[in-house]
Amino acid sequence: MDDRFLLGGVEFGSRLILGTGGASSLHALEQALLAGGTELVTVALRRVDPSAHAGLLDVLERCGVRLLPNTAGCYTATDAVRTAHLARDAFETDWIKLEVIGDDRTLLPDAVELLRAAERLVGDGFTVLPYTTDDPVLARRLADLGCAAVMPAGSPIGSGLGVSNPHHIRLIREAVRCPVILDAGIGTASDAALAMELGCDAVLLASAVTRAADPVAMATAMRHAVLAGRLAAQAGRIPVRHHALASTPADGLATW
Amino acid sequence: MITILVNDVPRPAERGGTVAELLAGLAVPRRGVAVAVNGEVVRRAEWPEHHLADGDRVEVLTAAQGG
Repeated sequence: MDDRFLLGGVEFGSRLILGTGGASSLHALEQALLAGGTELVTVALRRVDPSAHAGLLDVLERCGVRLLPNTAGCYTATDAVRTAHLARDAFETDWIKLEVIGDDRTLLPDAVELLRAAERLVGDGFTVLPYTTDDPVLARRLADLGCAAVMPAGSPIGSGLGVSNPHHIRLIREAVRCPVILDAGIGTASDAALAMELGCDAVLLASAVTRAADPVAMATAMRHAVLAGRLAAQAGRIPVRHHALASTPADGLATW
Repeated sequence: MITILVNDVPRPAERGGTVAELLAGLAVPRRGVAVAVNGEVVRRAEWPEHHLADGDRVEVLTAAQGG
């Protein structure tokens, strides 16, 4: 079935976007990325550590994935915009996963700062992929600004709580024309499948794979979950009923 | 000599030295690096021409694992 995923004018075969945070080693990360079949991978921008072993970019190049730099750790629009410009210079891409966090307890987005940053970055020519709340109105505002996608949190980053408010995710899908990517909160494969069944175009996750006991197995599970969820979303599921509807016909039933 | 702050660590540098010369003296990756001086982005193309001054705060950033 032809089911292309277009994001920022680029076609992807995989609807699973993986974050690189939390992996125990670069080797473990590489194995998980390959198992997940992802084509788009997030990276952060941090101070050079001369004592650290470099090579993250080498791993990502070997995997043949496209880079999606993030602005993780930014609390203001000013910081996020500056970080995005630094990322563009470092990685030679104008794609940015825009994160503007409100507090360190929930790591949920600060809506006001997020909108400010998105507006400036769209104006600066970035392909902006904002990590947002599951608020359909905020998602529409971000889309109206010209963001290439909206990426609502299913639940707080790293929580593994899954999709807390499926109704809102569905409303977001109805509210915007751009791709909707469920970002954050995924704990296991069924969460990813649910996000896709709700109409999301892709799923972005990191911890669920990198911090799983067996990251390769979980990455494989996520690959299948995203495929299954996408197929189910397009398959026309049966309506939910409150009483049974026999699948075996009563006609021809023996009488005793 | 002047003193600049590289990622918050004081470091002596030649007066009139450039960002490019500073990076050449640091163990930084050959790609995937970005620089800000006093909070302003200094683009790669500007590294050879951007001269550092005493007390400049230089941020040298690169790729790290992150979601």
